[in-house]
Parts: sequence; C-alpha cells; structure tokens
Amino acid sequence: MARIIVVTSGKGGVGKTTTSAAIAMGLAKKGHKTAVIDFDVGLRNLDLVMGCERRVVYDFVNVINGEASLNQALIRDKNCNQLYILPASQTRDKEALNQEGVGKILDDLKKDFKYIVCDSPAGIEKGAHLAMYFADDAFVVTNPEVSSVRDSDRMLGILASKSRRAERNEEPIKEYLLLSRYSPDRVKLGEMLSVDDVQDILSLHLLGVIPESKSVLNASNSGTPVILDEKSDAGQAYADIVARYLGEDKPHRFIEDKKGFFGKLFGGK
Amino acid sequence: MSTDPHKTPYAPSVLEFKSSTFSVPVLVLSSNDLVAIEQQLQEKIRLAPEFFKNSPLVLDLQELNKQGYDIEVTELTDIVRKSGLLPIGIRGGSVQQNKQALALLIPVYSIHNIGASAETQKPKKIIPTPEPVTDNASTTLITKPIRSGQRIYSSGDLVVLAQVSAGAEIMAEGNIHVYSTLRGRALAGVQGNTEARIFCSDLQAELISIAGNYKISEDLDETVRKKPVQIYLQNHTLIIKDIV
Ligand SMILES: Nc1ncnc2c1ncn2[C@@H]1O[C@H](COP(=O)(O)OP(=O)(O)OP(=O)(O)O)[C@@H](O)[C@H]1O
Ligand SMILES: [Mg+2]
Repeated sequence: MARIIVVTSGKGGVGKTTTSAAIAMGLAKKGHKTAVIDFDVGLRNLDLVMGCERRVVYDFVNVINGEASLNQALIRDKNCNQLYILPASQTRDKEALNQEGVGKILDDLKKDFKYIVCDSPAGIEKGAHLAMYFADDAFVVTNPEVSSVRDSDRMLGILASKSRRAERNEEPIKEYLLLSRYSPDRVKLGEMLSVDDVQDILSLHLLGVIPESKSVLNASNSGTPVILDEKSDAGQAYADIVARYLGEDKPHRFIEDKKGFFGKLFGGK
Repeated sequence: MSTDPHKTPYAPSVLEFKSSTFSVPVLVLSSNDLVAIEQQLQEKIRLAPEFFKNSPLVLDLQELNKQGYDIEVTELTDIVRKSGLLPIGIRGGSVQQNKQALALLIPVYSIHNIGASAETQKPKKIIPTPEPVTDNASTTLITKPIRSGQRIYSSGDLVVLAQVSAGAEIMAEGNIHVYSTLRGRALAGVQGNTEARIFCSDLQAELISIAGNYKISEDLDETVRKKPVQIYLQNHTLIIKDIV
C-alpha cells in the first residue's frame, strides 16, 4: 500500500522543504519508488533544493487543469532513478489547487509509487490544508522555539480534525515530530527549548532531531538533498529519520553538545 | 408542468439531505430585562471571545414564559446579534414569540415533553445539595490531546485523558476533569452552575473559570502551579486546592 506523507509545520521557514527533499531521497535510496510534490504554488522551492529547476516543463497546476499528464510533469531525479519530483507552478497562486484535482493526482500516484511526500507551504490556509488533507502520515517539522512549537500544535489540531481521515472517522493520521535546527549549545544557554521541553508541550513521537548545520545551506546551493552528504551531521540525522520511519531501531543523536566527554565532565549539566 | 429546454432531465443528483446532530450553545433566560441581558452576555463573551465569535445560538424562552415574563424576540435577537452571536433557533416561545422569530427567519424548535416536564414540577426552593448540571447532561470523554485552536464544549461534564494545549479552550456546563497537563483555558459551569469544579493533574492553565468567576495565568499562585489541583467556588471566589 502506498503511503502519503505530509511534511508540515504551520510556521514558515522551519525546514519543511529541506526535510521533504531529504526524506524523499532517503526513501528512494532505500529502494522505494517515491514521488515528492511541491504544494507551495507560487513560490517553487523544492525544484531548487532538488536541483531540477532547469528541467521543469509542466507543473502540478498544469496536471490539475488537464493541460499535461502526470507522466509529462513528473521529473526523474538525477541522482536516484526511484525518485520523481512534481514541481509547483511559479506563475499561479494556491487558488489554482482544488481538493478534487489533488485527490485525483494522489490516487494516480498511489498506483505507481510506494511513498508520496507532500511538501506543505507555511500557514494553515488552502495550500497547507490540501497538502495534509489526504495524508496517512505527518512529519511535523518544528524548531526549538515557542512560536514554532505553538504553530505545530495548531497544525496537529488541524490534522486531527480537518483531514480526510478525520472527516471519514478513519484511523487518524500518524503524527511524528521532527525537531529541526537544533543547537545543544544554545539550549544550554537557555536560548532555545530543549528536546524534552518540546516533547513535553507537544507530547508527540519524536522521529528525530536535525542539528543546525551549515551543510544544509551548502546542499541547497548545490541542488542536492543534504541526505546525500553522508559525512554531514544533518545528512546523518535525516538518514536516521528515514531508517526509524521504516522501522529500524536507531538511538537518537545530535541532542547532546559536541564537547563530548570532557565537556560533560567539566561543563556540568 | 412545462419543461425547461436548458435543463437536461438526466442531470446527476447534485444534492442530498442528510440528518446530522450538532452541539449548539443554548441561551436560557431567566429575566426579561434586556439591559441586564445585554450586559451579562457581554461579560460571558469576554471570558471566551474566540469561542463565542460567530457562534450559532438557540434562544430558550421556556423558563421565562413559565414565570410569566414576556420578551420581544425582535429586540432580544438584536442584542444577541450585536454581541456577535448568530441565533439559529428558538424554543419554548409563545405563539407570538414564535411568529416574531419566523419573521426574522429564525426556525422554531419544539421542546420535548414540554408542559408536564419534570422540571415544571420541581419545587421552586431547592435544597442545598448539588443538583444535576442540566436535565440532559451527558459526559463528554476526550482521549486525544486538545491542540491549540481547538475548542470543546460539553453540555454536561467533560473528561479529558490527554493534555490541553495552550491556545485550546475547553468548556463544560458541568465539571471538567483533565488527567494530564492543562495549559489552555478551562471554563466549567458555563451556564451558571456554581457547584461545578475543575480537576486537573497539572495546572498550567491560561485561564480557569467557574460560572463566570475566573483567574488568568498571572493570578495563579506558584504554590498551585504545575500541581494536581481541584478548583471550586466559595462565596464567589475561586479556591484552588491541592488534591491530596
Ligand atoms: N538544519 C538546518 N540547519 C541550518 N539551516 C537550515 C536547516 N534546515 C533548514 N535550514 C535553512 O532554513 C531555511 C528555510 O528552510 P526550508 O526552505 O526548508 O524551510 P520551509 O519550512 O520549507 O520554508 P517555507 O515555510 O518558506 O516553505 C533555508 O535557508 C534552509 O537552508
Ligand atoms: Mg518550503
């Protein structure tokens, strides 16, 4: 059975697109045929992060309007032949999306793909609503700060009450917490919420912590999802996340600061 | 019957009538003093502006009519609408009042067992024992977290087995039990039941209120914060006490 994953947050700029690209690549690398869809109509970011912006001919809105077939619009990834990207349109706005059209595209994709990753736009308006409406799983990307946590909480309320699963009284969407841009040093200084703080507020299953990392910017500048940078901390964090999602047992990393043993010994805790 | 040439007789059905049950707040009046009604309505709404904003409302005039007080439905509707509520029905009204309501396109609902209801026979003076919250009070049970932006209303007691987030709002005409952290707003006895209580295992609420008597987070004493407590009314004062 295909599964639809929405990567969502409420708040903008927390790392949804970075995460969508990384986990879509991670799943595909594990051999699962995966499609990743950019729901951020009007902005179009995913294709840049995936490094396929120069190969966009047709987009999501063209398919919804019947101006192109799904096969014409899907772009095969240059690094992994199990991964396909459905880019957003830059010339339309989110009003060009509609529930029926989105539902039909997802149904078609489900016949052919194992995982369908939906990169949600920020906010709780139409685009974000459509991105989560058909989801089976939700990756809630949160930064360790109060406003981001509050927005994630709000989004969790929407997942639980406004999704198709909720409307049909089916088993609810499975919700996972991805704590991103985490910096143990700043947590120590009291500038950021800790993993425990965030879990206490959201009471949500933690799928992984992604550290604040330069490698993310480097990756998006070069148009390769950061998960392919296997030496980087963020890349490893995303690899762990994909593995845990697929059922592997991996201890959490990147929660403690890098000072290690001596830092802990002398820095106190 | 003439046929419209523009309409195809084989059009697929575009509508369907379904029956659904909604939980809607009911405004029960016990005085016909419109000034007092307006004032108290405003006060109540101030407690939970988000909850009441554009909320549907049923006007219940049964009690009023039983006591022989008349009220102009037109004027009452005016006040209610001005307060940001949207009346969607009336019940327990006189023939005249029902007529007025219909003229305002407000549907008339009948009250079951009107007249010989148990309530009518109840003695006026009530013995000082906690009375049941309402006549058809039912307990609402919530097992999943109530998230920011969500609101829950129970016409009886409300039992929550998960956390209530900051930015969430729970209201009950009866008691509220939260067997987890209460960070949002909790309003018990919202229809005026001063016997209602709030119980929670970890008090971090933004607001707590019983029958309109409220405290905001700032007013909460450090000795009760993050503790399992019960909250009740004594002489119009909210008492917050450890549950030992
Ligand atoms: N772990 C990280 N470490 C450092 N920078 C990061 C990290 N994750 C994301 N960023 C940076 O944060 C910015 C926003 O990331 P991204 O575009 O993925 O967020 P988004 O949630 O998709 O934003 P939007 O709401 O606008 O769609 C980008 O510049 C990205 O490089
Ligand atoms: Mg984005």
